[in-house]
Amino acid sequence: MASAEDIFCGLLRLADDHLILGQRVSEWSGHAPQLEEDLALSNIALDLIGSARALYQLAGETEGKGRDEDQLAFLRDERAYHNLLLAEYPNTDFAHTILRQFYFSSFQQLYWQAALESTLPELAAIAAKSLKEVAYHHRHAADWVIRLGDGTELSHQRMLAAEANLAPYLGEMFEKDALAGRLADAAILPDPAELQAAFAADRANILTRASLPVADIESRLSGGRSGRHTEAMGHLLAELQYMQHRFPGQQW
Amino acid sequence: MVSSQTTEQRALAVAAAVPDPEIPALTIADLGILRAVEIAEDGGVIAHLSPTYMGCPAVLAIELAVTTALQEAGFQARTERILSPPWTTDWITEEGRRKMAAYGIAPPVPEGRVPDCPQCGSASTEKLSEFGSTACKALWRCTACLEPFDYFKCL
Ligand SMILES: [Zn+2]
Repeated sequence: MASAEDIFCGLLRLADDHLILGQRVSEWSGHAPQLEEDLALSNIALDLIGSARALYQLAGETEGKGRDEDQLAFLRDERAYHNLLLAEYPNTDFAHTILRQFYFSSFQQLYWQAALESTLPELAAIAAKSLKEVAYHHRHAADWVIRLGDGTELSHQRMLAAEANLAPYLGEMFEKDALAGRLADAAILPDPAELQAAFAADRANILTRASLPVADIESRLSGGRSGRHTEAMGHLLAELQYMQHRFPGQQW
Repeated sequence: MVSSQTTEQRALAVAAAVPDPEIPALTIADLGILRAVEIAEDGGVIAHLSPTYMGCPAVLAIELAVTTALQEAGFQARTERILSPPWTTDWITEEGRRKMAAYGIAPPVPEGRVPDCPQCGSASTEKLSEFGSTACKALWRCTACLEPFDYFKCL
């Protein structure tokens, strides 16, 4: 049986993935390699943060302690964020950014597809809305992975480096701990382990077209789901939470 | 019953006339964002709105504009955000598509088709960028008149 506490924690994981990756992608605003890409990344960040808001609202209502989306997004300590480590991975260069986006979008597209069947109708509604948006992100990121992987010697080297650095984080997306198991049994959230095969097929297809090697999906680095983060997370939160720390309770 | 229907229709007309903040030539009814207007038990008006994109910064602006317009017309008003079924470009009305093209934005076409240039009407156009100045638009160019133009993405 999944308790209200379970549902809250499960929604928080999902919301944190979107907020933290949205924050990361938004760091490109004004700095992207070209104007069109600046617009694309800013729009993707907005979509991710939009999904995060809806998920935090639903999580707050489920928790029933009066915490709203802002309190959940801005007023928690690092250990209370339960996002995937992939989401907090630093932008590094455009190759890392776009490959990270491809991996997350590929996973999330499968996740939302499965979440359409959720027994929690509010979540099914968010899934239907987000699914349309993530399809654009997926197509955009996959196009770039192919173009850069199969591009110049330099772009190919950069994509190889990005793939080597990000591969160890992929397994975490499919980890099914006790909480994920209870939520999957209650058909509230999709079973992450069941998404791995379809993800692997999508990844293999795009990486092959990008002339990049397809390494196994590893689970070498994880911990985000239980609040154990990489060093990069503290820096991200310092910027994300700055306004609320400087002016507590500030609204605009 | 008769009087409540009149109230609903009057409120609907007020809400429907609210312009979209990003494309002011279109109303929120033209865009299909306004789904319905409901009279609550307390006599207040609830406008049901479907956001185009979830992170669309215009969502709050639209909700505020609708509430304000209804209040100015003498209603006690609030809005409700409807996510399901999700908004789709199919909900843009014929009138909306006409106004959009006249405003210089190519209205959405089915997947696999290319939009006509809203400036010269040519069908020979090409995509410059999947993402444009706002979440709902992509950037295209006309290869006949060479003018770039916004295309309202199919969602
Ligand atoms: Zn033209």
